[in-house]
Amino acid sequence: MAEVKLQNVNKAFDQQSAVVDLSLTIPSGSFVVLLGPTGAGKTTTLRLISGLERPDNGDISIDGNSVLDITPAERDVAMVFQQYSLYPHMTVRDNLAFPLRSPLHKTPEAEITRKVSEVAEVLRISHKLDNKATALSGGEMQRVSIGRALVRNPSIYLMDEPLSSLDAKLRADLRVELKSIQANLGATFLYVTHDQIEAMTMATHIGVLDHGRLVQFGSPREIYENPVSLYVASRLGIPRLNVLPADIFGRAPKGAKSIGLRPEHIVQNSGKSAWVTRVERLGDQTRLHLKLDGHDIITLTDVHTRLGPGDPISIQPHNPLYFDAAGARIA
Amino acid sequence: MAEIIIRNLRKEFGSFTAVQSSSFKIEDGEFFMLLGPSGCGKTTTLRMIAGLELPSSGEITIDGEDVSQKPASQRDIAFVFQMFALYPHMNVRKNLSYPLVSQGMPTAQVRAKVSEVANILGIESLLDKPVGGLSGGDRQRVALGRAIVRQPKAFMMDEPLGALDAEFREHMSLELRALHDRMKATTVYVTHDQLEAMQMGDKIVVMNHGVIEQFGKPQDVYDKPATMFVAEFIGSPSMNFLRFDGSVGTGVKSVTLGHQELSVPMMREPFEGSLAFGVRPEHIKLTDKGPYRGEVKATEYLGTTQIITLKTTHGIVKARAAAGEVARVGETVGLDFNGKTVTLFDTQTGRALRSELNEGVLAHG
Repeated sequence: MAEVKLQNVNKAFDQQSAVVDLSLTIPSGSFVVLLGPTGAGKTTTLRLISGLERPDNGDISIDGNSVLDITPAERDVAMVFQQYSLYPHMTVRDNLAFPLRSPLHKTPEAEITRKVSEVAEVLRISHKLDNKATALSGGEMQRVSIGRALVRNPSIYLMDEPLSSLDAKLRADLRVELKSIQANLGATFLYVTHDQIEAMTMATHIGVLDHGRLVQFGSPREIYENPVSLYVASRLGIPRLNVLPADIFGRAPKGAKSIGLRPEHIVQNSGKSAWVTRVERLGDQTRLHLKLDGHDIITLTDVHTRLGPGDPISIQPHNPLYFDAAGARIA
Repeated sequence: MAEIIIRNLRKEFGSFTAVQSSSFKIEDGEFFMLLGPSGCGKTTTLRMIAGLELPSSGEITIDGEDVSQKPASQRDIAFVFQMFALYPHMNVRKNLSYPLVSQGMPTAQVRAKVSEVANILGIESLLDKPVGGLSGGDRQRVALGRAIVRQPKAFMMDEPLGALDAEFREHMSLELRALHDRMKATTVYVTHDQLEAMQMGDKIVVMNHGVIEQFGKPQDVYDKPATMFVAEFIGSPSMNFLRFDGSVGTGVKSVTLGHQELSVPMMREPFEGSLAFGVRPEHIKLTDKGPYRGEVKATEYLGTTQIITLKTTHGIVKARAAAGEVARVGETVGLDFNGKTVTLFDTQTGRALRSELNEGVLAHG
């Protein structure tokens, strides 16, 4: 377990900046999730830490020692990719044991057996240990490739959207599992995703990336409740943040260009009148789609609401977010 | 515009039965979802409605006409696939015009029709672009446009949003539903994503192993699941099952789990044996005192709400609470179940027992 530090790291591919002046400290034992859309620089950051890419400038250190000049193998990182890569001719057991049998680790065979069955148990692939890797479903293969990282005890685990190819149920289960594995091991995780639910539920810290820049770093609650910009605020929240002209409900703070409203920022049955355009029943929650002065708003309401399309409803903001013309948060 | 009725529809591939004996009705103008895990028979059902597969037995009528054994070309249905199939050498306009030109429609009329559809889909600015350079979303819009442009009786869609990433899928699903609300064309839509089904559908059919488990309005299916499969498949996290052995009689309003008496909707049928007490996460409240206890194992912060995982004598239970509520890992708390929402299941068959809550839905399900 180790602290990993990036200082003023830049990386460009053919003049195209992928990572811009990135400074980030991943505390030892933390679960850091980098969140951002495609092209934000998430995967490049992982590859820089693992040594698969070299920064154009800046420094990367693990436990206080710069690792720029040592090979990926020597950096002692374990990486899980979005696309599982297993040895097809080996059984699941041998695939899991492989990293431990590496001459670098020299693990005793009894220890290997113990580790492999422990990890297989957690990932619920114990019954498949003697199968060929190719005889598995996609979800099982991905679990094996996560397992192959977990059998080791590296300084940091680097994970690149490892759950995105799994179905929804399994993904939800593995979110809880990965989180508890990380907490129990006290391991350091750097996890990349564009899935906000993964970020919110697993992270001790979320780093939000925008075009290669780290725009905010903090706990999920900080990022959700106290976003520094419209961009960050729009990354999190289901249903998504409603963005309207700042003065739509009357006076707004000076310099405010837009107001951002999450469902919990909207009080119903008082204030400005709006119309229901659609009632979306998702089972555990019901979403109201509203039209207010020509603007679309989505909020939540009582699951069994009697409201229907065309019904009037009045709403007003409660502790909303305000942003200036550049998208910076001002209140 | 079309009403589609399916009666005792069955499909066998050799010795494998893909669809057992499906019956349901799709009303004119409905957005109808076929939902289930892979291999449940939903795509086969869709393909039979479209005429891409012929049923082994059973009947499909479209607007009163039996089309079961007719080829696709005689059914006037448009199909949208997951992988948008566009003609790569043609521009957007030509792709959209093609179905009309091949029907022999006069050029002026084709132009008018294409620009109308482009307007509906918001792709007017793309009309003269080659399809090669389009983003995934725009390609999907063009594929949709090509289905819409001929104004078929009904649309068949096979996971049209499956290939898109989460954020964009959300956006496209809203767009698709809004489009449907404007056009009101009967749409049959296949998905394995329960949220997508809930979000977009007027009605849902839930399938498993070729059998229809339940058919109804999304909220009814969610609140009053007919089987344990449905209760688990719909909702995230899914319904909690507290398993116990016991008996219930007609007219009772509570059951005994361990030593706790928990209220349930008034039962309409007697049962004795292995039961599951089914309760949704949002119908569990954490209390200081409550006699039914659980230990907090984990919390997952979701912004507006949080999911709290608890360990109880009847297994793991997940509760949904407001994000502001305090739950500390390791603490033992009381659980208060909202009895009115509970469904009891026979765990042997997975069937829901009839009660005051679900009798209306199960009767015609």
